[in-house]
Amino acid sequence: MTTTATRAVGAGLDRVEGRDKVTGRARYAAEYYSDRPADRDRLAYAAAVQATVARGEIRAVDAGAALAVPGVLAVLSFQNAPRLETDDGELALFQSGRVAYRGQIVAAVVAETLEVAHEAQRLVAVEYAAEPHDVALRADHPGRYRPDTVNPGFPTDTQDGDPAAALARAAVTVDATYTTPAEHNNPMEPHAATALWADGDLTVYDSTQGATNDRDIVAAAFGLPPERVRVIAPHVGGGFGSKGTPRPQVILAALAARAVDRPVKATFTRQQMFSLTGYRTPTIQRVRLGADAEGRLVAIAHDVVEQTSTIQEFAEQTAVPTRIMYAAPHRRTTHRLVRLDVPTPSWMRAPGECPGMYALESAMDELAAASGLDPVELRIRNDPDIDPESGLPFSSRNLVACLRAGADWFGWAGRDPMPGARRAGRWLVGTGVAASTYPARRLPSRAVARAEPDGRFTVRIAAADIGTGARTVLTQIAADALGTTPDMVDVRIGDSALPAAWLAGGSMGTASWGSAVAPACAELAGLLADRGGTVPAEGLEASHDTAADIEADAALSRHAFGAQFAEVRVDADTGEVRVPRLYGVFAAGRIINAKTARSQFIGGMTMGMSMALLEEGVLDREFGDYLNHDLAQYHVPACADVADIDARWIDEDDPSLNPMGAKGIGEIGIVGTAAAIANAVHHATGIRVRDLPIRPDKLVDRRFRR
Amino acid sequence: MRPFSYQRAGDAAGAVATFAREQRRVMYLGGGTNLVDLMRLGVAEPELLIDVTRLPYDGIEARPDGGVRVGAAVRNSDLAAHPAVRRGFPVLAEALLAGASGQLRNLATVGGNLLQRTRCGYFQDISKPCNKRRPGSGCPAREGDHRNLAIIGHSPACVATHPSDMAVALTALGANVEVQGLAGRRTVPMPGLHRLPGDEPDRDTVLEPGDLITAVEVPALPYAVRSRYRKVRERASFAFALVSVAAALDVADGRVRDCRLALGGVAHAPWRAERAEAALRGAPATEDSFRRAADEELAGARPLRDNGYKVPMARDVLVRTLVELLRPEETS
Amino acid sequence: MPGELQGKAAGMDGMPNTTAGGGGTAFVPPPPQTDITLTVNGDVEHLTVDNRATILDVLRERLGRTGAKKGCDHGQCGACTILLDGRRVNSCLALAVAHDGAEIVTVEGLADGDRLHPIQAAFIDRDAFQCGYCTSGQLCSAVGMLAEAAAGRPSAVTADLRAAVTTLDAAEIRERMSGNLCRCGAYPNIVAAIADVAGAG
Repeated sequence: MTTTATRAVGAGLDRVEGRDKVTGRARYAAEYYSDRPADRDRLAYAAAVQATVARGEIRAVDAGAALAVPGVLAVLSFQNAPRLETDDGELALFQSGRVAYRGQIVAAVVAETLEVAHEAQRLVAVEYAAEPHDVALRADHPGRYRPDTVNPGFPTDTQDGDPAAALARAAVTVDATYTTPAEHNNPMEPHAATALWADGDLTVYDSTQGATNDRDIVAAAFGLPPERVRVIAPHVGGGFGSKGTPRPQVILAALAARAVDRPVKATFTRQQMFSLTGYRTPTIQRVRLGADAEGRLVAIAHDVVEQTSTIQEFAEQTAVPTRIMYAAPHRRTTHRLVRLDVPTPSWMRAPGECPGMYALESAMDELAAASGLDPVELRIRNDPDIDPESGLPFSSRNLVACLRAGADWFGWAGRDPMPGARRAGRWLVGTGVAASTYPARRLPSRAVARAEPDGRFTVRIAAADIGTGARTVLTQIAADALGTTPDMVDVRIGDSALPAAWLAGGSMGTASWGSAVAPACAELAGLLADRGGTVPAEGLEASHDTAADIEADAALSRHAFGAQFAEVRVDADTGEVRVPRLYGVFAAGRIINAKTARSQFIGGMTMGMSMALLEEGVLDREFGDYLNHDLAQYHVPACADVADIDARWIDEDDPSLNPMGAKGIGEIGIVGTAAAIANAVHHATGIRVRDLPIRPDKLVDRRFRR
Repeated sequence: MRPFSYQRAGDAAGAVATFAREQRRVMYLGGGTNLVDLMRLGVAEPELLIDVTRLPYDGIEARPDGGVRVGAAVRNSDLAAHPAVRRGFPVLAEALLAGASGQLRNLATVGGNLLQRTRCGYFQDISKPCNKRRPGSGCPAREGDHRNLAIIGHSPACVATHPSDMAVALTALGANVEVQGLAGRRTVPMPGLHRLPGDEPDRDTVLEPGDLITAVEVPALPYAVRSRYRKVRERASFAFALVSVAAALDVADGRVRDCRLALGGVAHAPWRAERAEAALRGAPATEDSFRRAADEELAGARPLRDNGYKVPMARDVLVRTLVELLRPEETS
Repeated sequence: MPGELQGKAAGMDGMPNTTAGGGGTAFVPPPPQTDITLTVNGDVEHLTVDNRATILDVLRERLGRTGAKKGCDHGQCGACTILLDGRRVNSCLALAVAHDGAEIVTVEGLADGDRLHPIQAAFIDRDAFQCGYCTSGQLCSAVGMLAEAAAGRPSAVTADLRAAVTTLDAAEIRERMSGNLCRCGAYPNIVAAIADVAGAG
């Protein structure tokens, strides 16, 4: 495989939909049937009623008071809903009287207006036979079990050599347990769907990261062939994984629209999102590292306990990055799950890598301290030549270059490793580093490129732009392959009627879609050249499906790498932590758009800072739900929290990846950030906080105080 | 949200009379930043809203003696921006600016700010018990999540905190709240407006049904030109206080002549630190004195299982705030 | 009165009582409504609104102006920020009935025809958004904030409260824009875009 010549690729092209977004014209899932008064009058609203017990059986649903409200059109529940064909317990709305978690959808009101829907929602009386619930994750939970595989299909456990014996012999060891809490994706756009049935066909505008997959699953649920369902999602207000697979709003909107034979909009409230749209599982991670006197790892063990629900297994791959990260002859990783009466955890930005690398990279910092080695040097010393797990060569691995470039940029050299030794006024100052990794993969997609008689080009693919810049980078990729300029290319995405494509997830979007777009456009350029550049009146088309290409990909270990450097300040009186500087350097193949790529990196790093310092879904043990379910109680960073966050990258020329030579960049920014900040907090204060987030309450009564 | 009727008040006495006459549940609407929020949650369910924002209480009057009288309908942002407040009562301007966000401050009124309800998660979730919302139903926060809740003055019935920043500053400054009630006008001093929960946590304040706040009078306090509001929060902005301190300090000849101290985020009401004030009056203006005074105040704290951190936090931030008032050059 | 509502609640003949309009006799009055007038981006709109409707919902659901976004519906995210009588506010907490006669500017009203407002152009140039969902609120908030700063209004990070003039440095912009959450993490670019416009002004 060779990479294509570039002109547009690499440039910092403005987002092609930028104008639509800054003028308010860009439409999101809850904003259709809005233009004409007649459409608005026909539109109805669905509001979900949630379980108020964490486990039990519904005895009765009394919809009478709700139905008596003028403007209420229907109340849906398991007493009247049609059967669905789905094995996803989160999508099986109203299919049984079982309650698997507090907040699960047990009924829904459909009404003429939003105000009426929300009023009547509270009037639906659901009577439960409640049962004792179990919602607390702990490492010694008697229900711990070993899942068959972890996402998206990795072995649950791995072992090489004899880690226990190696740890016992090691010159220096670290044995520490780290915990991360439930974290909620909280994209700014609440999950919404607007559905309409016509002649038995369903059209739905959905908040989704993948129209093709969404369409297939929704069609199956309603027992329809895929071609009778169309999912449209040109703009999606963030997802971070929570819109990666269909969430219940799309089923709810479709059920409600069928019940009232009108277009229906179903939008979750921000509060509802905390139980209905997935979240990152809490983790309990024990990491044991053993090294020789020179700081070379001899043993790595990473044992993870995490949770899933009773209606769906979600087995996050938390220890998987540890398998490829550092060389050591003796290694083991394990994953154990506990089924609890909680909402099902789901995808959240860098699932697995993000919490797993927080633990591993915190432990590496502890090992550096224990070995008397600089943390950058320790990582360089343990950089493997080949993938330690598979034995395969890396297609490219530039972690060391990232560490060195980052250290240079940040001014790491000469850092005094002594913790708690620097003070500026009331602030304690510290610095920290951590490494990042994320796999570089691609999955089958198909694209159609078309030359229009007016000289413009149209590229069609059911890709998704959830804010990543996908529409823009595909425009650049297409322009280069067509030998034209980006302004001549119209990229159509976000519609299941377009050629089928992989979803925006796993940092695979650009690689998967670009792999189809580039050859389709190259072939079209060839066809055009054959015709002397003349476009026939009916236009000219070429398409490309990547299934066979991917089948033929060489066996290599493909990963992006990076390093984050953080400076923190900790208020000596209050334990408030601020992050004046956070730099990341990444090696992620070729960067297709310098402007949007930087945004992706700094966005990921911002979310990593948030993970380090702010985010925690607080489980209410008595009632079984996440108590702090709004944006005033569950904190994500505000503008004032983000000072000097910046990203750079190392140029990589890796022809083994895809025609663009690109690795994914949407997730790696978050991966090492929490550890870098936690390590910096330790450097500032001498306190090692091993349970995220690092809030003032965990620091304030500790020894750094005067 | 339940349906409600809406009326615009013509004058305060009329609004109060309507309140008294109505058989329905009546509430006054100010900026709506908390009330509309609570109505949407189902926590507040008025059947009649009387909009008091267009009453003629939107003025700020700087008194010749240095005091300030503020109409209850004045928006938080306007009060924070007023020259008399910025010059004479920086603690009040800083408290206002530390609260909420720019756009919320543009809506929220002074009267509404005083009467906002706790942000305790149980209070805000109508599917759970809460003595403040449903008297007698229980307080799950006491054994549940209370990391951000009260350490002082709480009761078995309620461990909520008052969320206002402005009220902490006004409590330190000894503001007087002017109220129009059924029996006419009266003045309620701060502290004194907000209650401790006792066994009636549903009552946040001493106000009676129908009482309408019309103005807040901040009495002259010349030394308040040296005053500060310091708010501790894990998010750098747009977050409620874990702990806050309002302080004004009058130092002469190395001794504390007078001071005003109040704590936020620690109790059901803005907490006037009277013990600390008493300990400081006449004492040398030193960090040691400040620490002794803070310890004295916080000796009364009874933290819950998970909020003991607030005790050293409140003590240290109180000391630090006084030190910074004493030696502004150390502010950082 | 509420007790009477239960009459319609009982299922008639064992069938689930989950479809409305089926011959119940209980009377529930329609929700109170009020006639109001709003001027939105220069257009005068006469409306009869449910008293419960917020300006945000009136814009989005009644007037088809979906530029202002609903991110939390509780004043906790800022996505719904509009200019109400010239000031930035959270439209999700502003009952329409209480703002009869108001002048409203939404993100759709910032540009002058096809010519973008400088803040809109700066947001594109600086890549000050990703998913775009908070963007409408960020833009309206920025316009309101710049006016506040120009009027000498202080913020929580203003060093000298007594000074009538505010220098809009990065720390000031960050604090003043903290009522607008951006989960994509575009903050550094938002601050740069606003600084561009503030500097140019």
